[in-house]
Amino acid sequence: MNEFAHLVSRPSRQIDYQTFDNRLLAYVLRYEPSFLTCMSCGGCTATCSAGKLTDFNIRRIGLMLRRGQTDKLAAEIDKCMFCGKCSLVCPRDVNIRNVVLLIKKESTRLHAENQKV
Amino acid sequence: MNEKLFVIPFVAGMALLFIILIVKGYKWISSLSKIDRLRLINALKSRRILQSAKDIFMECLIHRRIFKKNMVLGYMHMSLAFGWFLLIVVGHLEAFVAEKSLAVPFYLPIFFRFFETGKEFAGSKIFAALMDLLLLFVLSGVVLAWSKRFYKRLFGMRRTTRLQYGDQIAMTALWLIFPLRLLAESATAHQFNNGSFITQTAGSLFFNSNTASTLALPLWAAYSLALGSFFVALPYSRYMHIPTEMLFIIFKNAGIKLKKRTNSFTELAIYSCSRCGICLDNCQLNNAGIKNTQSVYVLKSIRNKNIDDEQLFNCLLCGKCQVDCPVGIDLTSLRITQRIESTLQYNASYAYLENQATTKAGLIYFAGCMTHLTPRIIQSMQHLFELAGEDYWFLDKEKAPCCGRPLMLAGQYDAAAKLIRNNTTQIIASGAKKLVVSCPICYKVFKEDYQLPGVEVLFHAEYILRLMNAGLLKTAPLQKRIIYHDPCELGRGSGMYEIPREVVKNSGQLIRIKNEQEHSLCCGGSLGNLKISQAERNLIRDSAINEYLSYQPEYLVTACPLCKKTFARNRNMVVMDLAELVLEASDEFIKRKKLKGNKVTNIRELETLIQS
Amino acid sequence: MEKEQKHVAVIGAGIAGLHTANLLAQSGHKVTILEKEKYPGGHLNQWHHLFPDHSSPEWIISGLLDEQLQFDHLKMISSTEITSIEKNNGHFAINAGNELRIYADAVVISTGFKLFDARQKEEYGYGLFKNVITSADLEQSLKSGQPLTTASGKTPSRVAFIHCIGSRDAKCGNTYCSKVCCITGVKQALEISEMLPETEIFCFYMDLRLYGSKFDDLYLQAQKKHKIQFIRGRLSEAAETHDKRLQIKAEDTLSGRPLRMEVDMIVLLAGMEKNEAHQMFSSTKLLELDEHGFFKSKNIQLTRNETTQPGIFIAGTCICPMSVNETIENAGAASILVNRYLEHQQLTNHHE
Ligand SMILES: Cc1cc2nc3c(=O)[nH]c(=O)nc-3n(C[C@H](O)[C@H](O)[C@H](O)COP(=O)(O)OP(=O)(O)OC[C@H]3O[C@@H](n4cnc5c(N)ncnc54)[C@H](O)[C@@H]3O)c2cc1C
Ligand code: SF4
Ligand code: SF4
Ligand code: SF4
Ligand code: SF4
Ligand code: SF4
Repeated sequence: MNEFAHLVSRPSRQIDYQTFDNRLLAYVLRYEPSFLTCMSCGGCTATCSAGKLTDFNIRRIGLMLRRGQTDKLAAEIDKCMFCGKCSLVCPRDVNIRNVVLLIKKESTRLHAENQKV
Repeated sequence: MNEKLFVIPFVAGMALLFIILIVKGYKWISSLSKIDRLRLINALKSRRILQSAKDIFMECLIHRRIFKKNMVLGYMHMSLAFGWFLLIVVGHLEAFVAEKSLAVPFYLPIFFRFFETGKEFAGSKIFAALMDLLLLFVLSGVVLAWSKRFYKRLFGMRRTTRLQYGDQIAMTALWLIFPLRLLAESATAHQFNNGSFITQTAGSLFFNSNTASTLALPLWAAYSLALGSFFVALPYSRYMHIPTEMLFIIFKNAGIKLKKRTNSFTELAIYSCSRCGICLDNCQLNNAGIKNTQSVYVLKSIRNKNIDDEQLFNCLLCGKCQVDCPVGIDLTSLRITQRIESTLQYNASYAYLENQATTKAGLIYFAGCMTHLTPRIIQSMQHLFELAGEDYWFLDKEKAPCCGRPLMLAGQYDAAAKLIRNNTTQIIASGAKKLVVSCPICYKVFKEDYQLPGVEVLFHAEYILRLMNAGLLKTAPLQKRIIYHDPCELGRGSGMYEIPREVVKNSGQLIRIKNEQEHSLCCGGSLGNLKISQAERNLIRDSAINEYLSYQPEYLVTACPLCKKTFARNRNMVVMDLAELVLEASDEFIKRKKLKGNKVTNIRELETLIQS
Repeated sequence: MEKEQKHVAVIGAGIAGLHTANLLAQSGHKVTILEKEKYPGGHLNQWHHLFPDHSSPEWIISGLLDEQLQFDHLKMISSTEITSIEKNNGHFAINAGNELRIYADAVVISTGFKLFDARQKEEYGYGLFKNVITSADLEQSLKSGQPLTTASGKTPSRVAFIHCIGSRDAKCGNTYCSKVCCITGVKQALEISEMLPETEIFCFYMDLRLYGSKFDDLYLQAQKKHKIQFIRGRLSEAAETHDKRLQIKAEDTLSGRPLRMEVDMIVLLAGMEKNEAHQMFSSTKLLELDEHGFFKSKNIQLTRNETTQPGIFIAGTCICPMSVNETIENAGAASILVNRYLEHQQLTNHHE
């Protein structure tokens, strides 16, 4: 069973904007509005210290979050090393480290909530 | 009815306070780890107890550190604490002498004038005068405390902390105690002539024989009530810091340190804060309009158990608040501990780190993540290694994990440990004897949290100074006015202030500025803060730059890629790293020498010759 | 009623200033052009060929200068940097650094832009790695007529163009788009490809903004005839290899994977910024600047060329980034507004 099943929208070929689970996104945006301004330039992924060592794409994580595709997110985000290099190149000054922290926090909470049910 | 009963509020309050303090103290001591308890016992048995006594005297009574920061504020604290202390001590002596016995009721010295109405004893006049003088001393502190609430500027502080319920009771009581004592003693003095120059004068000023005899007892009762209320409110007010701080000092001197998890020592530190607000003024978050996340507020939220991430992570961890904290609380460690607690459940999987190739070398250069965005620093370092003829391995040239320090700043120690383990294996396997880093963030963690037997960890400033001292790197001081900016992690974080300054002095004209070394400014770029917006960072940076610009420097030299990048975004100043400055000064040396027609002597010179 | 001749001062002899001055002289006004440099023409002097038609900038400049000869009431003073403008009773005093002072009834500011200093982006290595150049450097090189080579004299086998240098980047404080650099990059890529058909060319962009009517034709040509590759991803950093090639890091965002590549040469498409004139003329509060530091128009829709100060007009790239033909059109619009202003003044003066 997928450990992060609580975050799954609905497995489908399409991005279903009607049903997507926006809890995580809403949480991140509430505390880090700069995340709104990402223009998917890929600068963060290009420079990413973790991305150099493994298949880890911080820009795509942000995109997946914005599209409600959150099922693999919590596991994926664990690869980040918090080095902050990404924020240092971002042309939009997105506070990426905080985005990572917020994803961790809220998905941990959602996970615990899910365990209780 | 026995009129002596008026002492009851005082006696009851005192008793209650003692019980609470003993229970709390017992809880704190008993919940220490075994080893810390041993430390404490050893310390109590050894001479360190004298040190603690001295520290308690200097800090809790004299308030030496507040004095250092601000004379008026220091005097206020001292007159209240030390003055009161002397009142108690001299008051007891007076009672002992008067009763010719050490076994006097413990309330007697407190209400001495009420009970001793006219008995002459050895030195009674002198005692009375002394007690009046001391009362005056304390009252001057009370007056200052009143005015502090109204004229904060006098105390060099822009803001004082906001008050809570328990605080309000305790504070009102405290403010009343000594004026009431003055009135009560004056009334009695007017009746019985047992006062001295102040109480006697005040007595004839405020009372006639009628009012003196009717008001004396109510005034003494009010005084007792004020004392009692103060004692009862104390454990629920900021004044709890007074007893806590004494214990805190004893613990600290016993060598007990803040741990990575909260424990009773953490709690002690939290309760030792007097809410003096000195940390508020030091904090540069003020420049960004951030007003509720400073140390004193965080301590308060922790005490009230309502700390949240937005407050906890909105701090640069620059350590500027800590240097002037009169209690000497390790505020950054304390905040990091809280961060650890709040992120305990997060995972981090670095399974991808397994099996990386190592290279045999005598020296390892670890540039760090940030430095890859400042290639001028990297290139300068490579130049220096070639110059020194090092057989070096640039460990993170292509790919290597982060040093781990940024994770620690975010509270994720377990995750950091995984990176540390991986990097340690690589470093040890290379057989290197030296590890040189050019980033203070890396330096701090390599120095403090890595175990690298046989490997010397060097910051580039140290390495450069060695090259200079060994004559391998010759420089001619540039005709440039230079400000050296202490990076937080290097200065306050690792205590390295003088070595980089030596290097700068060999390379140009170092200007001394007001906010440097321990009091140096943060650039605003710190990785310690996960919440601050870029716009707010810019405000902090610009206020620092504007301060620097007032010295009209030509170069702003720092020793951190992050400081460099942060400052460079404000385009009003030439910013460079120490390593770059040194090479410019080395070029200058060669230029001057060539002018004199001298021969070349080192690799760098040859290289420049070939290029030109 | 005899029309009294009015005097207009035009600050800056780039194409915007030259064209505005000609049109105003044609309307019968006395015109003085004040230019900081020795020669007129502004930035166009540095370019090799102009997009979209590869026309010659010299031809444009000399055309504008030839036109000047018709008017003896048009005067040009060069090597004179204007440092401040003062307003006095509806007239203007224009002060130069060299003590010169000129009075005028209206002022046109056409002081252009400054090329973004690419050294600001340290991570790209300009000024540090010899084979990293800017689009302006490349124009110079093409203009010299010499074949393009790396610093060590070799023919580059791979060249990467990097878009948005100093534009659309909060890190340099410029969040706007410089408009002309995308098409400049495409134009330059075509020129290199024509000169060195064997050379592989890559353009790293965030968005391709080829907004002009003929611009997409160049894009099409670049793909079809020259096999130039366009990669959607922003460069994060460059590093020099031991053989002085450059290793670049970007993400190929369309395939969602990080990309590394070694190239022989990097061309940074540097953007357009405010310059000293913006600072100097706004310091007295006579003029306002917009959020990007360029001169602020009174109304961005209707009166782009009017400043917030009646009698002072703006033309060309001191307002915002523009191409040559836009600058020329803009200068035309400025001259119309200046005329209208002076005529209005004439009328009110006459009635008094
Ligand atoms: C790399 C690059 C390539 C380009 N290629 C093309 C192209 O191929 N095709 C195209 O259409 N456009 C191109 N452009 C755009 C083109 O350069 C501009 O449209 C044009 O230069 C604008 O002219 P201007 O008169 O507004 O400003 P400028 O050319 O900047 O002229 C301003 C003049 O004012 C003078 N001046 C400034 N301050 C003062 C002062 N205080 N006192 C007196 N004088 C002063 C300057 O010396 C200068 O002569 C390119 C731009 C760049 C950056
Ligand atoms: S660098 Fe910034 S703008 Fe670019 S993809 Fe990453 S977060 Fe988005
Ligand atoms: S902070 Fe995380 S996402 Fe950003 S560059 Fe470092 S490892 Fe990558
Ligand atoms: S933390 Fe220290 S400086 Fe700050 S209010 Fe408390 S005692 Fe004062
Ligand atoms: S560590 Fe720095 S930013 Fe944090 S509270 Fe102290 S002074 Fe302020
Ligand atoms: S024109 Fe193109 S390269 Fe220039 S700033 Fe705009 S998008 Fe970037």
